[in-house]
Amino acid sequence: MQEINKNRRNAILKTAQGIGIFAFSGLIWGAYVSKAKASSFSLRPPGAKEESEFLKLCIKCGRCVTFCPFDTLKLATPEDDVPTGTPYFTPRKIPCYMCVDVPCVPVCPTNALDEKLLNIVENDKEMMDIRNAKMGVAVVDIESCVAYWGIQCDACYRACPLIDEAIKLEYKQNDRTNKHSYLLPVVDSTKCTGCGLCEHACITKKAAIMVLPRDKALGSVDINYIKGWDKSDEARLNQTDKIAPKNSDDTNSVIDYLNSGDL
Amino acid sequence: MKKIRFLILRRFIQLGILVTFFVCNYYAINFFNGNLNSSKVFWIIPMSDPLSIAQIFISGAISGIAIGSEAVIGLFVVLIIYGVFFGRGYCAFVCPMNMITDFANFLRRIFEFNTNKKLNISRKSKYGVLILSLVLSFILAVPAFDLISPISMLHRGIVFGMGFGIFGVLSVFLFDLFFVKNGFCGYICPLGATYSLIGKYSLLRVKHNKDKCTKCNKCIIICPEPQVLDLIGKRSGSINKIDCMKCARCIEVCDDNALKYGIFDFKNMRSKK
Repeated sequence: MQEINKNRRNAILKTAQGIGIFAFSGLIWGAYVSKAKASSFSLRPPGAKEESEFLKLCIKCGRCVTFCPFDTLKLATPEDDVPTGTPYFTPRKIPCYMCVDVPCVPVCPTNALDEKLLNIVENDKEMMDIRNAKMGVAVVDIESCVAYWGIQCDACYRACPLIDEAIKLEYKQNDRTNKHSYLLPVVDSTKCTGCGLCEHACITKKAAIMVLPRDKALGSVDINYIKGWDKSDEARLNQTDKIAPKNSDDTNSVIDYLNSGDL
Repeated sequence: MKKIRFLILRRFIQLGILVTFFVCNYYAINFFNGNLNSSKVFWIIPMSDPLSIAQIFISGAISGIAIGSEAVIGLFVVLIIYGVFFGRGYCAFVCPMNMITDFANFLRRIFEFNTNKKLNISRKSKYGVLILSLVLSFILAVPAFDLISPISMLHRGIVFGMGFGIFGVLSVFLFDLFFVKNGFCGYICPLGATYSLIGKYSLLRVKHNKDKCTKCNKCIIICPEPQVLDLIGKRSGSINKIDCMKCARCIEVCDDNALKYGIFDFKNMRSKK
């Protein structure tokens, strides 16, 4: 009887030990992975899905890297501040030169890079247009940009592949000298593809115009503010139908509460 | 030479695949693209790593994200190749980590590290790690093993640049050298576990002939997964345990020709039950 109890005791202990080891390693593993995916401040290839979806789908095969003719794309190694194995680029070193045929996108086997995000319809044919790419958005640091000091420099403006669309020059009188004018680079974030040619061209020691991930650099307005003078912005109001009210299942009563006289 | 004929073949295939990938990716030749996670080989055949696809599926399945068709076709290509023919042969003939762990084992043999120390880990724990990697992929909604896999770090590193990925590879080497004999492949690697499960009914097997066996035990000493050789000297037939890597080290070291490559014998499996 004593023997059997000992065996059972050992078996239970062994199982508990096994579960413990797995829980322990699972926790460390999970902590590392969640940290790794949170720290992602990386610029992705054109056509990349939104970052969290991209991380789910990317199989880390590097085929986009292979087909990048300018060696722009790199696969992250563990020391990079990007989830290991995923493709990214550093515009200050090599920017994206926005190839018209976008060779990096169609080779993606898992659709982490999605052709549909770049597609436009032209002559009844769907085709990729690199100008639809949203790799990031250029941001100007007006303190270190010498054009904002009054020195003439339009390096980023000239380098921009969407010159006068994504970066425009704004003219302003220079009050300090009273006979010169400022030529200020201003980025239109709706047009900017985030290719980074401006960051690459910037003449300051550390670039005064830099490309950041769109979700890190841009804000977003909820539907309680609508540009009433803009038809396309009014379309956002249609989203109200999809949002369920907090306290009631009746969507219409919430939309029409001013008309219903319940006040 | 006869003693290492399959070893040479394996190294030739392993290195050949890596060199082909490296050259084709470096010069952007369409012949072999990608790496062992997902690739397009011989211009048109897609292949993808079954564990990676499983993780992608599980992490994306919650929100119903569609995986590209090429990766899914690649999965089926791999399932057919290894499920029907080679089973866990991937580990011995393709996986580059095999060279690292075999080297650690080689050093162990030369310096005669003590391997008798009793260990409380089960060989089945690699299946536990496999389940754990899928569970973590589900909870964290990101492929969990892909982000830490030293195997990917190795082949990706060779093809696309290593960086500190070498630390992952080194840690596996040191683990196998100083901690546990065949520790990574035998106890931890969920990719090996995946291929074991895929190849449960694969055709390529090592076959044993009891009548020729002199019970010298050389095969069991050399085998990286010795628990699969439970039939040695007891009965003839194919080795049906799924953990067998088909690395053929046992065939090479056998002085009595009691082991050879053969086909899964389904009859024997049924009669045993």
